[in-house]
Amino acid sequence: MSTTSIPAPRTGYSRHKSTRSKFEMFAWLFMRISGVVLVILIFGHLFVNLWAGEGVQAIDFGFVAGKWASPFWQIWDLLMLWLAMLHGTNGLRTIIMDYAEKPGTRMALQMILYIASVIVIVLGTLVIFTFDPCPAGADPALLASFCSAA
Amino acid sequence: MSTDTSTETPEPASKIDLPDHVAGDSGSIPSFDCTFQIARFDPEQDEEAHWEEYKVTMYGTDRVLDALHKIKWEEDGSLSFRRSCAHGVCGSDAMRINGRNRLACKTLLKDLDTSKTITVEAIKGLPLEKDLIVDMEPFFQSYREVMPFLITSGHEPTRERLQSAEQREAFDDTTKCILCAACTSSCPVFWTDGQYFGPAAIVNAHRFIFDSRDEGGDMRLEILNDKEGVWRCRTTFNCTEACPRGIEITKAIAEVKQAVLQRAF
Repeated sequence: MSTTSIPAPRTGYSRHKSTRSKFEMFAWLFMRISGVVLVILIFGHLFVNLWAGEGVQAIDFGFVAGKWASPFWQIWDLLMLWLAMLHGTNGLRTIIMDYAEKPGTRMALQMILYIASVIVIVLGTLVIFTFDPCPAGADPALLASFCSAA
Repeated sequence: MSTDTSTETPEPASKIDLPDHVAGDSGSIPSFDCTFQIARFDPEQDEEAHWEEYKVTMYGTDRVLDALHKIKWEEDGSLSFRRSCAHGVCGSDAMRINGRNRLACKTLLKDLDTSKTITVEAIKGLPLEKDLIVDMEPFFQSYREVMPFLITSGHEPTRERLQSAEQREAFDDTTKCILCAACTSSCPVFWTDGQYFGPAAIVNAHRFIFDSRDEGGDMRLEILNDKEGVWRCRTTFNCTEACPRGIEITKAIAEVKQAVLQRAF
């Protein structure tokens, strides 16, 4: 009898320790709730922009400026931005978790995703709150026609 | 077929008196030739599994397991696969037949397209050991972690623990599990990330979580609320389709998700 022993193939299976965090539960719940809210927000947005009043012809710089003059539409658009971005980011996060096999790839893809999301959310929020259709001291030739009327 | 049919008449696989409309007017069982492609893997020689083809003459009453037996016993004795009871109860012979997870002992050849090659390979997502045998340890480790046993407190009653028919009905479906791993190894989340508990472990947790006599439900829900727990389920229904016992697995997982939520709020 030879004394060489065959090493057991691919043993050493070990499971991660439980994290005891509720993050995944809240993420799952958030996807359901934000999904329902987004359906209302997006269809409301489409209806007001493309259908109500004069319809799609009415959309121009002035239309957007007029909408954002009202806190109601500011909050509406802010909610839509945040929910859509977080919903999409979480969706992509789960796709990365499901498909990326190597921890390195997983990490890199998630980093790109989070940085991109943060940039879009911050820029979008900034635009909604600091948007001024008629900035003071600007060249009058560049301003919209309704600025001089005021 | 390698046996010499000219000197001895082949013995039919099974002798059952079938009614004429099933077996034909002669009463004999119809036989046909089928081609099998079996994924072979020898850990001492191969880097990965490769296909090998076998041609066998089978009968209308045969199952895939009978074909595997015929190949092993008459053509190639080195073919390895698990099977114990061979009647769909022990759950040893789950394999991927024609790309679907099934029990070889419950899959009749007449239900498959025998004019085409029938492929048989090991279930996916678990470490391959040899041919159709995989290492079931990761699967059973998840199973053990959900504590699949009755947990109670206080004095043991002197008689049986009573339960109403309705209370029994709540977990009736999940008592049927035979731990064959057909569901877990058909789950795409489990394929890429073996850390996921998998449908079978959740089904067996469900069996006790919804048992009115059990008091360990909170602990099991806590375990399944983990990062690798029920929230990784993407409801692709692969598990429900694969289950040879017809358990509505995706529904059971959804019920556990609901129970976790109810516990949290």
